[in-house]
Amino acid sequence: MAERLIQLQNIHKQYGDKTVLENLNLYVKDKEFVTLLGPSGCGKTTTLRIIGGFESPDSGTVLFEGNDITDVPPHQRQVNTVFQRYALFPHLNVYDNIAFGLRIAKMPEEEIRERVTEMLQMINLTGYEKSPITKLSGGEQQRVAIARALVNHPRVLLLDEPLSALDLKLRKEMQRELKAIQQRVGITFVFVTHDQEEALTMSDTVVVLNKGRIQQIGSPTDIYNEPKNAFVADFIGESNILDGIMLEDKKVRFSGHTFDCVDGGFGRKEPVDVVVRPEDVDIVPREKGMLKGTITSVTFMGVHYEIIVDINGFKWMIQTTDFAPEGAEIGLYIEPDAIHIMKKSEYSGLYGDYSLDIDPEALDFDEEEDQDGAESEQAE
Amino acid sequence: MTGRDSGRKAPALERLLLAPYTAWASLFILVPLAFIAYYAFTDNNFNFTLDNVLKFFTATSQVTNEAGQTQEVFTYLLIFWRSLKLAIISTIICLLIGYPMAYIMARASSRVQKTMVTLIMIPMWMNFLIRTYAWMTILQDTGIFNGLLDMIGLGPVHIIGTEAAVVIGMVYDYLPHMVIPIYSVMAKMDNRLLEAAQDLGCNNAQVLRRVVWPLSLPGVFSGINMVLIPSISTFYISQKLGNGKFFLIGDAIEGQYIANNLHFAAAIAFIMMIILLVGMAFMRKLAGRHVQGGV
Repeated sequence: MAERLIQLQNIHKQYGDKTVLENLNLYVKDKEFVTLLGPSGCGKTTTLRIIGGFESPDSGTVLFEGNDITDVPPHQRQVNTVFQRYALFPHLNVYDNIAFGLRIAKMPEEEIRERVTEMLQMINLTGYEKSPITKLSGGEQQRVAIARALVNHPRVLLLDEPLSALDLKLRKEMQRELKAIQQRVGITFVFVTHDQEEALTMSDTVVVLNKGRIQQIGSPTDIYNEPKNAFVADFIGESNILDGIMLEDKKVRFSGHTFDCVDGGFGRKEPVDVVVRPEDVDIVPREKGMLKGTITSVTFMGVHYEIIVDINGFKWMIQTTDFAPEGAEIGLYIEPDAIHIMKKSEYSGLYGDYSLDIDPEALDFDEEEDQDGAESEQAE
Repeated sequence: MTGRDSGRKAPALERLLLAPYTAWASLFILVPLAFIAYYAFTDNNFNFTLDNVLKFFTATSQVTNEAGQTQEVFTYLLIFWRSLKLAIISTIICLLIGYPMAYIMARASSRVQKTMVTLIMIPMWMNFLIRTYAWMTILQDTGIFNGLLDMIGLGPVHIIGTEAAVVIGMVYDYLPHMVIPIYSVMAKMDNRLLEAAQDLGCNNAQVLRRVVWPLSLPGVFSGINMVLIPSISTFYISQKLGNGKFFLIGDAIEGQYIANNLHFAAAIAFIMMIILLVGMAFMRKLAGRHVQGGV
């Protein structure tokens, strides 16, 4: 079991009468890049804080290399954190910020100098030793925060939405940089984000959370191609999610048409949720289509067009590079392997219809979970 | 962002809105200060003179020390030194009591915080004279304080009329001035900084020493200013709690004023003001060096 570096067992956490984490079970392997992904209020930050020791679970245990560390205070854990909005010490310069942990550990100054210099090289900030923290840009502060944590050679680095304060371009750059750093130092990263793209591009394993429960654990491709329920399908990328009936293995009926598909193992005539990704649908002449409908809107997105098609009252989203005008009567063609079948869940019917282009999750302004996060967002 | 548009046409409006404050400030701050300076450097016939200022530094008088010997001392320099000494002692005590208090308050739940701030402010709503008289009764040889000491078997202690009584009075009066600025800096401190320190290996004492203390220095410096300055110039407390034995610089000014020596009273006030301004400038420089970048 040495491979399981961190293990969370039956974690339960409650703030007042709000359940933040419900019977959470999760393990993180050594040297793995794990992302906790979910909307705000899903419990991802709380999970991270429990690993860091800043929160203690109401029940359940936290294991580190098999040892119970549930009650070990943060300063005695082999874990370091990159905080949301960095939490760099404003009274110290870049060098002293990075050296902070080593000085607490009473390392000789000579060795500290060596390690800090090495870190500054890694984050490309050599020459910034004496700069006050407040004079740095967001991206530079971000890198100092990472260096301040990594200089201590932790076994695990926890990152709490570290890129959320950066602009899009810098964020993409930092995503690549972070991934490169993780591979270079060869330690475990546990990364928290609400940005699905960030999760897909950087992680070895993605843990999708909602309302304090794990929805799915898997590699980015698994999560994207084989979502377990309507929540995951909708949260990761765009999805058309339809009510269907599994006629037999590899035969599913939805939208009044029977389709060949590649999934099986469901009961006969079992009601299911059917996921079709917008980029997997082809627009064909009406008479050749498996489904027929009318285009109700066309949006130019740069690389592709986003087309909404009304098929018997259900609005499909289609992403295509071929232009088709609004009002056109068209047919849709779907390959068998573009159809993904999911069991019915509590999320069935909530997502995947583009009639109202409003994400029900976006209306849920429930941010009680990320107590600190919510506060800081208000403060901005 | 709305400020950007309104900011452009603001000057005229801004000046208009500021006018009452400018008028107030000139009438009640600048003009009186000018008068003090004018009186300090003139004699009774309003002719220019340095006598009043020189008198502060040169006037001497005879005092009898504990051994019964008579000594020649510089009257006002001695009074000033005594004021400074008591003020510094009071400030240090205020800091020692006030800092932990502010820290505890800032860490408490927001309801407890509000209650504690109110409790600290309530005594300030009471008249200064009444508070001082209350302390007189408390500290009397037969007062509540000695009653309590008696009860726990420590016997009565003569405290009224000593420097200790004066210091107690000053600490009581000025403690809120120390607590509030430190508390407000600490309350604004980002909790994540404390967590970051723990994350990097600090135990609680180290968090306090390495992060909380340096970041709270702006509050500490303004607290020191707000206690030290009024306590140097304090009067009345010394008369009532010190039985008039510890004549302070504030008492000296009051005395000269009552004796209708307006020009000399103005000279003492003027000199003290200069000394305090220099002291404050020095403090600010010290504070600036410690808190580069701010919080």
